[in-house]
Amino acid sequence: MKYMLLMYANEARVPQYTPETTPEEYQATAKAWYAFETEAKAAGVWLSFNGLTSVTDATSVQVRDGKTLITDGPFAETHEQLGGYYVLDCKDLDEALAWASKIPIAQYGTVEVRPLNKWSQQSQNP
Amino acid sequence: MTAAAQIETTFREEHGRVLAALITHFGDFTLAEDALQDALVEALTRWPLDGAPRNPGAWLTTVAKRRAIYRLRRSAIQERNAVILEADATDEQDGEEIEMDSIPDDRLKLMFTCCHPSLAMEAQVALTLHTLGGLSTQDVARAFLVPVTTMAQRLARARNKIRNAGIPYRVPPDDLLPERLDALLRVIYLIFNEGYVATSGDKLTRNDLCAEAIRLAQVLVNLMTGSAEARGLLALLLLHDSRRETRLNAAGELVLLDEQDRTRWDRAKISEGIAILDDALLLRAPGVYQVQAAISALHAEADTPEATDWPQIAMLYGTLAKMMPSSVVEVNRAVAIAMAQSPADGLALLYRIRDMEDFYPYHVARADLLRRTNQREAAADAYQRALALCGNSAEHAYLQRRFDEMNRA
Repeated sequence: MKYMLLMYANEARVPQYTPETTPEEYQATAKAWYAFETEAKAAGVWLSFNGLTSVTDATSVQVRDGKTLITDGPFAETHEQLGGYYVLDCKDLDEALAWASKIPIAQYGTVEVRPLNKWSQQSQNP
Repeated sequence: MTAAAQIETTFREEHGRVLAALITHFGDFTLAEDALQDALVEALTRWPLDGAPRNPGAWLTTVAKRRAIYRLRRSAIQERNAVILEADATDEQDGEEIEMDSIPDDRLKLMFTCCHPSLAMEAQVALTLHTLGGLSTQDVARAFLVPVTTMAQRLARARNKIRNAGIPYRVPPDDLLPERLDALLRVIYLIFNEGYVATSGDKLTRNDLCAEAIRLAQVLVNLMTGSAEARGLLALLLLHDSRRETRLNAAGELVLLDEQDRTRWDRAKISEGIAILDDALLLRAPGVYQVQAAISALHAEADTPEATDWPQIAMLYGTLAKMMPSSVVEVNRAVAIAMAQSPADGLALLYRIRDMEDFYPYHVARADLLRRTNQREAAADAYQRALALCGNSAEHAYLQRRFDEMNRA
């Protein structure tokens, strides 16, 4: 069963890379993410991953009565913002939850686990 | 008993086990429930005519399986997918009866599914009562004072989530088992408490909830013989339940432990509870339910409030506070110290607990200890504060009486 693991975190609390970031700090973070990826791929559950830039880069679009409304920012102002997602193929919810708890962002943010719908479950391109 | 009542009783008794067997067979929660409903409808029409079958559980299972296959075939035809089912359908013959003993008891799997942490607590409770206890949607709704439509939606949403989100139907593997078992025990405890503490809703339904929680705990103990805490919980529920009839007076007011008529405590339940607790303790895996049962047993064994082994109870609350740090436990420990040593010692301990301004049990305990140390004015204040925080009519009546006493003379 395919699940999307949506990663939310308060962007202010996500580790930022500034000139002050030491190579060791950078490496520790990169290593944690890489470890997750390696483990998920080795387990054969990995389907896809994409990360997003900050919500400050977001633009929202709505079409009402044929008119397109374009606004700056995400669709909703929330305490934690969507920062990326994984799609994993797991045996059941318990397995998906176990993977979710291993994503580094779960340490300071929230991972929302959502099953793909019927059509996307069957799709060859997750 | 009328035929319909007879069928309902049978149905309630067999529900969890038959349903669990059906889910194992078909791997589909909703289909299993729908098919079992169909079987009940068929029972209601056929049993009064043909007489009840020799083995009602097996009858229900057989009929429900047939109905499930019928439902599957019908929806498969709708989806033009009938081929897959041809093979499955042929091995079910009309009139075939399965012996109940040959149906594996899969209720444990069902319990873990119903109490999965990805379901909201209220959904876990409702689902457990409905699927394992066989309580109708109407009964569950009545017990929790929500409209039937709300409860029906709650159950439907939970059932859909089990299917759509892929909540597994199994006994969790060892690495998940301790936390999942805790969740299961908590749900059973909550069901009991809802029946025990709530004073709204009619009395019959509430007694039903207590009985149902005890039955669930009993099933769990039988299915998980190695779990000390399952036994601890069952012992605790039985011991609490032994006092149920004396908890309220004729006027519906709460009667505290020290004023209850101990001769009316249910001795059979007390002995059973203590025996089960002794079994649990032999497993040498202490836990919060066993400690609470031990405390409850000490109360049950005392002929009078004064004869209670308060030092031992205070010590057990100390153990409990370490296992499960909580304000309720701290307050109870202070009360036990007050009994074991002196009300002043209890008060001193009580005043050391922080952030208690809005905590109802704290003010009740404080009021009570102030009353015992004869600080009437302060006690009246504390009763007033407790009254302001109290949401339960039976307890309200008790507090009001105490408050009036403090203001008299």
